[in-house]
Amino acid sequence: MPTPKTETIQLDHCGFEAKVKVAGSGSPVLYLHTAGGPRWDVLLDALAEEHTVYAPDHPGTGETDRYSIHQIDTLWDLVLAYDELLDRLGLSEVAIVGSSFGGMMAAEVAAHRPDRVSKLVLMSAIGLWRDDAPVAQYMLMPPDDLVTTLFADTSPAPVQAFLTPPADFKEAAVAQADLIWALGTTGKFVWPIPDKGLHKRLHRITAPTLVLWGDKDALVSAAYAEEFAARIADSRVEIIDGAGHVPQWEKADAVIPLVQDFLKE
Amino acid sequence: MKVTSFHFMPYRDLPDDFDQRYRSAWVDAPWWELGDAEKVGEYYNQSIDELMHAARMGFDGLGTNEHHQNVYGFMCNPNLFGATLAKLTRDAGLDDVALVQLGATVSSTAPPIRIAEEYAVIDCISGGRLVAGLPLGLGCDANVSYGITPIEQRGRWAEAIDLMRKAWTAEEFFAWNGKYFQLPKVNLWPRPVQKPHPPLLVPGAASSSTWDYCHERDVPYAFLSYFGGKSADNVLNRFWERGEAHGRDRNPYRAAMLQLVGVAETDERAEEEFGKHVEFFYHKLLHLPPHYLAPPGQMDYRSMVSLFSNPYLEHMDYSVDLKPLTAKDMIEKEFAIVGSPATVREKLEAMCRRLNVGHLMVVPQFGSMPHDLAMKNIELFGREVLPHLQRLWVEDGWTNNWWPEKCQKVPAPALAGQA
Repeated sequence: MPTPKTETIQLDHCGFEAKVKVAGSGSPVLYLHTAGGPRWDVLLDALAEEHTVYAPDHPGTGETDRYSIHQIDTLWDLVLAYDELLDRLGLSEVAIVGSSFGGMMAAEVAAHRPDRVSKLVLMSAIGLWRDDAPVAQYMLMPPDDLVTTLFADTSPAPVQAFLTPPADFKEAAVAQADLIWALGTTGKFVWPIPDKGLHKRLHRITAPTLVLWGDKDALVSAAYAEEFAARIADSRVEIIDGAGHVPQWEKADAVIPLVQDFLKE
Repeated sequence: MKVTSFHFMPYRDLPDDFDQRYRSAWVDAPWWELGDAEKVGEYYNQSIDELMHAARMGFDGLGTNEHHQNVYGFMCNPNLFGATLAKLTRDAGLDDVALVQLGATVSSTAPPIRIAEEYAVIDCISGGRLVAGLPLGLGCDANVSYGITPIEQRGRWAEAIDLMRKAWTAEEFFAWNGKYFQLPKVNLWPRPVQKPHPPLLVPGAASSSTWDYCHERDVPYAFLSYFGGKSADNVLNRFWERGEAHGRDRNPYRAAMLQLVGVAETDERAEEEFGKHVEFFYHKLLHLPPHYLAPPGQMDYRSMVSLFSNPYLEHMDYSVDLKPLTAKDMIEKEFAIVGSPATVREKLEAMCRRLNVGHLMVVPQFGSMPHDLAMKNIELFGREVLPHLQRLWVEDGWTNNWWPEKCQKVPAPALAGQA
């Protein structure tokens, strides 16, 4: 399995020093992670078998400076930072896969620069709002409630890996702070309601788009799959039976071939 | 020592099963099931009367604060009460009593010069008796009730304070082009009586970033703990250590401590009179889960790492289950200091000396405590405990640079037979 290497890329935009994990070879795929922070997981391992995977850390998470989040003031800044990052990586055409908050950012980048995004995979993306199916207030939950909101099934190995804190006390303290800070740094762009006008911009997306959702998603209901699909011209929906908000961990065997095949089409 | 009578203005009547029925005393307690506007009117009037009684009994300051959407305390704008007390104390000839606004939440008030104006109004009405509290604000207030983005709250707070200070003192028009606030032309009316501006006071709940802020700016820090002097040791020890690192002296007036207090004729009677109100406060009003105190991003990263890797605070993280603790337990742990005048005197003096604090914020009405009991508590405290505490630190020669000049009254000397 290819081991990801971290590249440091100094951006002009906001002076942000980006950190991007890179692995594999083949056509490029950009992966944008969830509000829980970056994790190199089974999906990225599988994608790296056929592609060069670029997985940037959201500002303030992963290997970036924790306080770099204060350099990126607005959603507009964040979209422009990704645009410059793709320039610096030399990716004039790239497929983007995003999960949850990363799905929202993937859609924002694809709407901003439809010319450079070849394929788009939106997994359990936030970014839209329906009063009759409000997105769960995941930043306002006790840990136990957050776990049941995120996962329909906690038994799969990637979910267990996420839920198991480091054995070392100090490492566990840092991991806990990192997780909360990841929610805070991504929350900067969605608080208090994760609707920052994406619904007005989705029509700009031209990339063939796979909208992938767990039918048991309690954080952002599968009703949103159709909301995204209705606004993106070349799109199709795949619902994963029995999966919650993180289908790529809960039903990896079902999700991975769907994404791999779609990226090949 | 300067002793302030502090009031949260709680909802004093909640169902016995309140904490089972509702997920939190904050945001989740529905007005339409619990709230009674007529009763609330009574509570506001009683609270003002209680604060005025404290002024008459000789307290150095009267304290009010801002909270939203909860049953714990809902002076949604403390400056409404500060202005009322400024007028009432002035008319009563009590014009050496400070108005400790602890305070209005500048991070969630837009534009924050609104607070600069309101504070100036209080300082003008009172003739220069304001202490300008500048709380960061709890997550449930600023983030949930007022929609401020958690990770931006600290930056907004710091910028708002800079803007307020400039608005109070600038002798020219200026434009403010900040990260969070932009104003085309600032020329504040009115401005405070105290020059260059009223003393500032920053309350906090053990965030190390707030200590650094205070030491960097030479502003005193008020530790608003509900868990008494015993659990405050580590917090204030670290506050003083940080102060030393910043080259600050150990002037006790750099620190304030909040304390729930109940005084009655004897220890037994005090426990009997205040016990159920202690339980009401800790079981119902502090029914406050951590995710409401600080949603992700609200607490600074370094403070989180410091907090999670130093489990020195037995109760500060609010993760300890208070429900199994009886009033007796909580009085023994000194969450609330309850007892005869002698007991309360002794415990408070020992606490303040040990923690090296020069400002004490006493909360004489808490929880479900009815008006007459609160008045009696204030009366007894004022007569039997207050003069004793006010003499603390007088001999040590420190000057209090963070208290209105008009309110620097010299405490009466000890009477024969009094410790």
